[in-house]
Amino acid sequence: MSVITAENISKKYIIDHKSSKRSNSIRDLVSDTFDSIFKPNKEENSKGKEEFWALRDVNFSIQQGDRVGIVGHNGAGKSTLLKILSRITNPTTGQVKISGRVASLLEVGTGFHPELTGRENIFLNGAILGMNKDEIRRSFDAIVDFAGVEKFLDTPVKRYSSGMYVRLGFAIAAHLEPEILIIDEVLAVGDAEFQKKCLGKMRDVSDSGRTILFVSHNLVAVQALCNKAFFFEKGTLVDQGDTTHIVTTYLSKISQKNLERQWESLNEAPGNDQVRIKSFKLIPEYQDNLMHIDVRTPMQFQFEFWNLEEEANLNLSMHLYSYTGECIFNVGTTSQNFAKGLVTGSCEIPGHFLNDGSYVVSMMIVKDTSTVVYNMEEALSFDVEDYREGVTWYGKWPGFIRPQLNFSIRQTEPVVND
Amino acid sequence: MSHSVTIKADGSEKDYWKDLWRNKQLLWILSKRDISVRYKQTLLGMAWSVVRPLMTMLIMVFVFSFVAKLRPDPGVPYPLMVLGGLTIWLFFANTFSQISSSITLNSNLVTKVYFPRLIMPLSAVAVGFIDFLISLVLFIILCVWYQYAPGWQIVFMPLFIFLTFMTSLGFGLFFAVVNVRFRDIGQLVPFIIQIGFYVCPIAYSSRLVEDSWWYKYYNLNPLVGIIDGFRWCLLGDQAFFNPASLYSTIIVSLIALSISVMYFRKKENTFVDHI
Repeated sequence: MSVITAENISKKYIIDHKSSKRSNSIRDLVSDTFDSIFKPNKEENSKGKEEFWALRDVNFSIQQGDRVGIVGHNGAGKSTLLKILSRITNPTTGQVKISGRVASLLEVGTGFHPELTGRENIFLNGAILGMNKDEIRRSFDAIVDFAGVEKFLDTPVKRYSSGMYVRLGFAIAAHLEPEILIIDEVLAVGDAEFQKKCLGKMRDVSDSGRTILFVSHNLVAVQALCNKAFFFEKGTLVDQGDTTHIVTTYLSKISQKNLERQWESLNEAPGNDQVRIKSFKLIPEYQDNLMHIDVRTPMQFQFEFWNLEEEANLNLSMHLYSYTGECIFNVGTTSQNFAKGLVTGSCEIPGHFLNDGSYVVSMMIVKDTSTVVYNMEEALSFDVEDYREGVTWYGKWPGFIRPQLNFSIRQTEPVVND
Repeated sequence: MSHSVTIKADGSEKDYWKDLWRNKQLLWILSKRDISVRYKQTLLGMAWSVVRPLMTMLIMVFVFSFVAKLRPDPGVPYPLMVLGGLTIWLFFANTFSQISSSITLNSNLVTKVYFPRLIMPLSAVAVGFIDFLISLVLFIILCVWYQYAPGWQIVFMPLFIFLTFMTSLGFGLFFAVVNVRFRDIGQLVPFIIQIGFYVCPIAYSSRLVEDSWWYKYYNLNPLVGIIDGFRWCLLGDQAFFNPASLYSTIIVSLIALSISVMYFRKKENTFVDHI
């Protein structure tokens, strides 16, 4: 049975480019209006505004008990969709039919008042999310227990640590008993143990036949939780289907395709009168037929350049930077003598080495182990996606590298019972 | 399934009022929130609700009675007349200003959860009402002091409270909607209240302006009927009250209320885009 049916929903926003001239007070509005009456040719008025379709002709239907993950880039329309489904904003055109009580969790602890105690906020937030008093009273102990805030129940929440605040917020939402639960990026917060609890709770919710819509950038969590997925791009629903299929499509689109650069002729190649770059490629060794790089994927860098001097003592030096600019490592080759002609270098990064994230590579050609002949900065960039198995924790794995080291654990001295 | 909705572009689903009723607990809880948060981290706490009307009354008695030598209605002690008018006026003024900022103050809710938006202005009434009750107790104490017993007219009090509520909602709702888009309202409302204080018969009795040629226009102000009437039911026939002024109270506030509710309903779905 279909619980949510969306027919041709679109949402239009008007973007005002005259941000400095936006009529936010009545005085501005009056003066703007006068301006436009007396100076009708003013260009700004026609140019200043632009239509922006956050969603465009979106159609779908969701069956009871479905757990739907919604993926897409920032600005693809995911949040707008959730806002429409939660009735916070109306679509510009089209309609959505929803049967069943909806609870939406677009933020943890919506409406918490900092001055009120934990206890008071449970009732306040519960009521805001649509629970009635009896429901809240019934699950009160479970909420307190789930959040682990027994000792601070009568403390104003402004004295809570941010972790406690989030835990309490999620605990209340988790004990809602709606037929449809809409969740936006809540796993981004909280510690590992808490995230595990959250996902467990969400799975319980769906096992009891309720419907879940879940937006997250965390594809591991989406895959773990959802049986279906929607892929949004620029406001349209470009693909829907089972989660693995959608996640693959999505990954193949988001991976930055700057894995290869090459130049056909010597004249257009970057470089100088000593060296010219021919090509620089990253060749991943994909682990399965998913054509994307994840933490398991071994990679090979291949670098080719023309040496234009008769004889030169050269070596290569490669830097790998994180997206934020920290250098993660620098590796170099030994220095050798080369005659005029093409020189090729290659470097392998094993699988299970880099953590998930975005990386940038620079390549440097060094002469006589001391002089930089040419530095090809930010030559390639690539993304490494997350992949996990055998874990129930889906938070961001910390660190730049994620090596598999020989790390073992064993029982050394068992206690023998008499 | 029992609970089903259709979300459409115009958004005016027919179950709105039923939805509002279903959310009455939320209304209650938001009111309770506003009340309990009000005097958090203050030294005097609830005492502020007593101190403010009391001090205002004392200053008014000093300025208008001793300095300006305004005359009360015959047989009514001036402080009682002032406090009677002040009590209902403060109820109106507080409620009106709370309602007009109710949407913007709750913007964190507007952008994150759905519930009938009318809940917010309605719950904003609570704080003003509590203050009103405290002020009324103060009035009773003052009556005991002056040994002034209220007459049978007191039974009409709920009517005047209700009329005040309607009027403040009628004007407040409109400003609440405009406030979402134009924050000028935040500046305008205290100004309106300040002017209203002198335009309405609070420090003086309407008897003083009864003979002016503009008295019939004076009565167009819906609060004239409310304040005079409220005083009449507290102080009896010695207080000046022209029942005809209630017509304009009822008509003006009904018109304001229906326009405001229509305007509110039309705009409430766009709050989130402008707030």
